[in-house]
Amino acid sequence: RLANVPQSLLIEVEDKVISPEKAEEAKLKARYPNLGHKPGGSDLLRKRLQKGQKYFDSGDYNMAKAKIKNKQLPTAAPEKTEITGDHIPTPQDLPQRKPSLVASKLAG
Amino acid sequence: ISGAVQGAGGDMQWCLSQAKGSLDDDVTEADIISTLEFNHTGELLATGDKGGRIVIFQQEIENKRQPQYRSEYNVYSTFQSHEPEFDYLKSLEIEEKINKIRWIPQKNAAHFLLSTNDKTIKLWKISERDKRPEGYNLKEEDGRYRDPSTVTSLRVPVFRPMDLMVEASPRKVFANAHTYHINSVSVNSDNETYLSADDLRINLWHLEITDRSFNIVDIKPANMEELTEVITAAEFHPHQCNTFVYSSSKGTIRMCDMRASALCDKHSKMFEEPEDPSNRSFFSEIISSISDVKFSHSGRYMMTRDYLSVKIWDLNMESKPVETYQVHEYLRSKLCSLYENDCIFDKFECCWNGNDSMVMTGSYNNFFRMFDRDHRWDVTLEASRENSKPFQVIKPRKVCAGGKRKKDEISVDSLDFNKKILHTAWHPQDSIIVVATTNNLYIFQDKMN
Repeated sequence: RLANVPQSLLIEVEDKVISPEKAEEAKLKARYPNLGHKPGGSDLLRKRLQKGQKYFDSGDYNMAKAKIKNKQLPTAAPEKTEITGDHIPTPQDLPQRKPSLVASKLAG
Repeated sequence: ISGAVQGAGGDMQWCLSQAKGSLDDDVTEADIISTLEFNHTGELLATGDKGGRIVIFQQEIENKRQPQYRSEYNVYSTFQSHEPEFDYLKSLEIEEKINKIRWIPQKNAAHFLLSTNDKTIKLWKISERDKRPEGYNLKEEDGRYRDPSTVTSLRVPVFRPMDLMVEASPRKVFANAHTYHINSVSVNSDNETYLSADDLRINLWHLEITDRSFNIVDIKPANMEELTEVITAAEFHPHQCNTFVYSSSKGTIRMCDMRASALCDKHSKMFEEPEDPSNRSFFSEIISSISDVKFSHSGRYMMTRDYLSVKIWDLNMESKPVETYQVHEYLRSKLCSLYENDCIFDKFECCWNGNDSMVMTGSYNNFFRMFDRDHRWDVTLEASRENSKPFQVIKPRKVCAGGKRKKDEISVDSLDFNKKILHTAWHPQDSIIVVATTNNLYIFQDKMN
């Protein structure tokens, strides 16, 4: 690798100075050689269409919400001796979803 | 200089009027401001955040008769607009983040606005109550019912003044019409209909009807593998109720006429600036993606924002924009790292001033840019509490792109890319601007106003 040569010399082709954008492209391709040739194509767009956190199922979702809203998980009923994963929720265990009680700090 | 005419940008002296929000360095995610919108008179300013909350501020003016008056925006109403939901079919969380707020032009004493998250649009009524009835015959003042046998005489209840109470109530919920994520809503000039746009489709609604919506644009390909672009923003023309535009991730804007056909898949005009194919790079399409489109108040022009620039288009010329303003051209040589840290996908918005002579948009490091179209003048300003004392004119900022950095300049490598100004708003009449940093609101007023 030519360590101390300025970028502008490294990428000069046919006496034409490559635009900064193309220089950046070369940099990216050097770091990620497997990057696809159509950046605006299907993969990028489909990733955009699917934004949003995916959960395994609604139980998984409710457990995650419970963890955020309450500092501790609701205790399991005494007769439960086996725990699968964190906890198998029953309707009694799930906290009632209350509307956000925290006011916006802009209004403070 | 007449006080009524907005002076040239170069004459403007912006002072920090108010700064709102937490001073904590640690930003609570729910407090991240996601949208900002003045109502049509500028009296009300609505903000939406990632936590699904809306805060509305009201303008209070001191000494309006004097040439140099100060106005202040104070909290008028705050409410929870959207809650997080769960899409059971796809096991995906539906965020409560407010993507857009749009005000309905005022018809009576109450104010109405549309707010939307990724999937559901809601019509909210914000009304004031400053009187309450007193002197019921069958009820005590505290609400307890009186024993009817103790009533010996009748009186007529009267309305008495009370402390002002502002109530927000959801009047309509427009749900289940979007498979993809809603990015825009726009109220039609007919004041009866509005459009909502997601990544692939645009729907037309009647403000009174929630169980029906007409699909007017559908760009979903039969085979998703063939997907090449998505809809990024849409807006109705401010005066022509049959006309709307939508922008795409490929940098094009299509104008559609609803009189032409029920499904407006065929555009009546397509605005696109031709690109020099020799300049094309991996980044070209990404940075050409339009993040915002706004018609001028006059309805003669529209403005688009892509990653590095703001473009003004004359609606009569599709071949190229009439004006192009560079927001932060120095970022062109940083695109590789901006792609790696996802900043290249940041969606900046833009806005016009009241008489369409100036436009504004945000940048990084809590900088924002203003362009004066008539005088070919531009400035970079900063939204910061440290660098702005109340009533003191804020100093322009300059970014040094390379070479020797001058004393007050900041080098590109020192810019904080986490401090993004994505949302800005300009008062429709007064020289007042509002700039949203991640979780704070900055209100600037022109000293000369």
